[in-house]
Amino acid sequence: MTKPSSSETSRPVLRFLTCGSVDDGKSTLIGRLLYEQGLIFDDHMTALQSDSRKHGTTGEDIDFALLLDGLEAEREQGITIDVAYRYFATPRRHFIVADAPGHEQYTRNMATGASNSDLAVILVDASKGLMPQTRRHAMIASLLGIRYVVLAINKIDLVDFRQNVFDRVVAEFTAFAAAFGFKDIRPIPLAARFGDNVLSPSSRTPWYGGPPLMAYLETVEIDDDRAAQPFRMPVQWVNRPSADFRGFAGTVAAGAVAPGDPVVVLPSGQTSRIKDVLGPQGTVERAGAGAAVTVTLASEIDIARGDMLAAPDHRPPVADQFAAHLVWMSSEPLLPGRSYLMKINHVTMTASVTELKHRIDVENLDKLAAKTLAMNEIGVANLSLARPIPFDAYADNRTTGAFILIDRYSNETVAAGMIDFALRRATNIHYQPITVTKAERSRLMTHKPVVLWFTGLSGAGKSTIANLVEASLHARGVHTTLLDGDNIRHGLNKDLGFTAGERVENIRRIGEVAKLMTEAGLVVLCSFISPFRAERRMVRELLPEGEFIEVFVDADLDACIARDPKGLYRRALAGEIKNFTGVDQPYERPENAELTLDTAHDSAATLADQVVAELIRRRVF
Amino acid sequence: MNWRQHNVRLAALEAQAIEIIREAEAEFANPVMLYSIGKDSSVMLHLALKAFAPSKLPFPLLHVDTTWKFREMIAFRDETAKRLGVDLQVYTNEDGVRRGVSPVASGASIHTQVMKTEALRQALDKGRFDAAFGGARRDEEKSRAKERIFSHRTQTHGWDPRSQRPELWSVFNTCLKAGESMRVFPLSNWTELDVWDYVAAEAIPVVPLYFAKPRPVVERDGALIMVDDDRLPLRAGEQPREMMVRFRTLGCYPLTGAIRSESATLDAIVDEMRQSRTSERQGRLIDHDESGSMEKKKREGYF
Repeated sequence: MTKPSSSETSRPVLRFLTCGSVDDGKSTLIGRLLYEQGLIFDDHMTALQSDSRKHGTTGEDIDFALLLDGLEAEREQGITIDVAYRYFATPRRHFIVADAPGHEQYTRNMATGASNSDLAVILVDASKGLMPQTRRHAMIASLLGIRYVVLAINKIDLVDFRQNVFDRVVAEFTAFAAAFGFKDIRPIPLAARFGDNVLSPSSRTPWYGGPPLMAYLETVEIDDDRAAQPFRMPVQWVNRPSADFRGFAGTVAAGAVAPGDPVVVLPSGQTSRIKDVLGPQGTVERAGAGAAVTVTLASEIDIARGDMLAAPDHRPPVADQFAAHLVWMSSEPLLPGRSYLMKINHVTMTASVTELKHRIDVENLDKLAAKTLAMNEIGVANLSLARPIPFDAYADNRTTGAFILIDRYSNETVAAGMIDFALRRATNIHYQPITVTKAERSRLMTHKPVVLWFTGLSGAGKSTIANLVEASLHARGVHTTLLDGDNIRHGLNKDLGFTAGERVENIRRIGEVAKLMTEAGLVVLCSFISPFRAERRMVRELLPEGEFIEVFVDADLDACIARDPKGLYRRALAGEIKNFTGVDQPYERPENAELTLDTAHDSAATLADQVVAELIRRRVF
Repeated sequence: MNWRQHNVRLAALEAQAIEIIREAEAEFANPVMLYSIGKDSSVMLHLALKAFAPSKLPFPLLHVDTTWKFREMIAFRDETAKRLGVDLQVYTNEDGVRRGVSPVASGASIHTQVMKTEALRQALDKGRFDAAFGGARRDEEKSRAKERIFSHRTQTHGWDPRSQRPELWSVFNTCLKAGESMRVFPLSNWTELDVWDYVAAEAIPVVPLYFAKPRPVVERDGALIMVDDDRLPLRAGEQPREMMVRFRTLGCYPLTGAIRSESATLDAIVDEMRQSRTSERQGRLIDHDESGSMEKKKREGYF
């Protein structure tokens, strides 16, 4: 290999992403880059030759795509499934390449690759022109904050190296990308399979006067504007080895920090001065963006992981509601109102989408009305958080404005989020102080308030049992009330239908009503199909520990269909009712219900007695 | 002058690794750092000490000892733990030892399965560790190129490459269900050359086996195997010869091929590597059973 000179150490690594439609030749391009640079090791080359014979699609030639397609299954299918990272160096620069897939269903991986890249090489097949995926990839690159684009117009050999084809694609792309705010779009004609304009200028494109791809990548300077911004450091870890040292460890996200600098701690708003800055080598005079440091402060103030240290004269906003762009990454669609976990700047807390403002059509950037986002869809939403946090707009800072959403059951990362702006300042919100407390009301009632949440399929017998329980409690002097589909759907929630998203909102409102009623001291019986675990958990978490009793009315679907007291299954099965639980919408069985009632073996009266017995066991009355 | 001011590339890798290590310590209840004694482990340990200074290392080191490591590795391990004052735990699959599993008697693949993969699973279960740092790098091997920095493992330590969580920015999803665990790779974005540059810049001690010296070796199946003790049965016609060799990677001595080299200093090693035409793991016999074999091992819980 060639020996790197000192210039490769002084230039930052160029992190770039290759993306394009299926068969545009991304993997081939990277393979070719490495091969032409002499960067493929002999033993890798031998394996590649043997793999090419076994799985290759290029006849006798080496199939460079196989060098990158790392995982067995995808090698057999001949597609790149995931993001693969490659590392290589030339005498002038070090590179990290993220190879993102072209398949539509794997767009989430492209967003992932883009989040860690400074430049995107967007491949276009010259013989096919711009594809819907090309537009999608340009849009995602822009959304994720990439400002430098190479428009690699590949397979130029298939159009006989004609300049007019090249010019047409460039014009079309430039027009489309005008809205994206790229700092630089560099079009290059390529035939990656044969090496034209990869390393050296091709004699077959004499009309092209620009640099070959490699030369451009080696020399492009990426403006890092973080250094000029005001200081930000999310606190990652509190370092407290002894009573005399209290340091705050984190990575500087913007600006710089030096001893003596004034700082404000957010969200608390307390201020202090930096005493010492410790870098990896010990005390330093100054640390800039990207440095991992531990700072100490001149005064003792309470700081925890997830707080942010910032320049007091340029504070980041603190809010618990903001607007953000979301890239949805899960096969489970977004449900407004559902509670997700949000991780941002080392804090994890519950958050929900209060309003999905619109979905973005990636073909023409139109704003489309939407009630949900499916996998690979992009939208703009308002989010509400469990508590206020400091942040910056993503457009200003790719670190402090970025977050992920996590599903609370599967732990899957379901969305990438980029904050646009705060909706209102949290500091203006005050709760009305309550003078007569819940405990005092309960004492007057002589029993504890609880929510009895009956869940199960339609026709399982929830309401029948709930009515029997309520009668029994009433007879024992317990103050009760009953919420069910009849009194909620016809009044409070009559504006809601039965889509997954509306079911979430339905349950959210019922949960809030039930909570108010427990504050009034009542035992609240709720009888709702409530098919999703996440919503039942949402209600559970609204209430103090022990006040939510989930009663699973367990009935076989076939038995419910046979029973069909309201004739609903017949109509759902005939297709007359959409989104019917058990028919075309799933029912998620409770995993840890406080009580499971087996309707196959016991009568409704027996089961009602079991519920009352459980309340006595729990000393509710 | 501090090297960080002119080598911005290496300084950035150092900062990123420190951030990853801190994040795992902050997020997990009971992390452990896998310590394999090699150069990558030495670098990872060095970074971890920096991440938490002036506090002590807040988690233990774990070495899975197959009982077939080079003697110099074990000596270096014990000396390092003592010098740095870190909590080093050593685990061996005693059941495998009782059954007589060894690279000599059982072959590379069974030995690796029982004494490394199964042993690691046992050690992680025993310590109830919910996160384990590993020194693996993405440039080492194709399947590693696609692995996350925070890589999820099932309750049985399995890896499912098809359903990995997308990993955006430096916002790591660290959520686990009961019994699940995370493997954390702070050196994901480092290359072999970066590791040596860092060893040189920070003067980090490494096992002397990395430096060329005359050593007794036999040539076997195209590899140079060092005769480290009398447990290696010599085949007919094999006669150990003193050769000037060094190791590019370190594992169980009967499974680790030496390379002919005159490089006895760090500078010479770095120079040699820049000229190299073969990959680092080329000397590792366990990788070569078949193409895709690393991915298979990783799914079963190998690091």
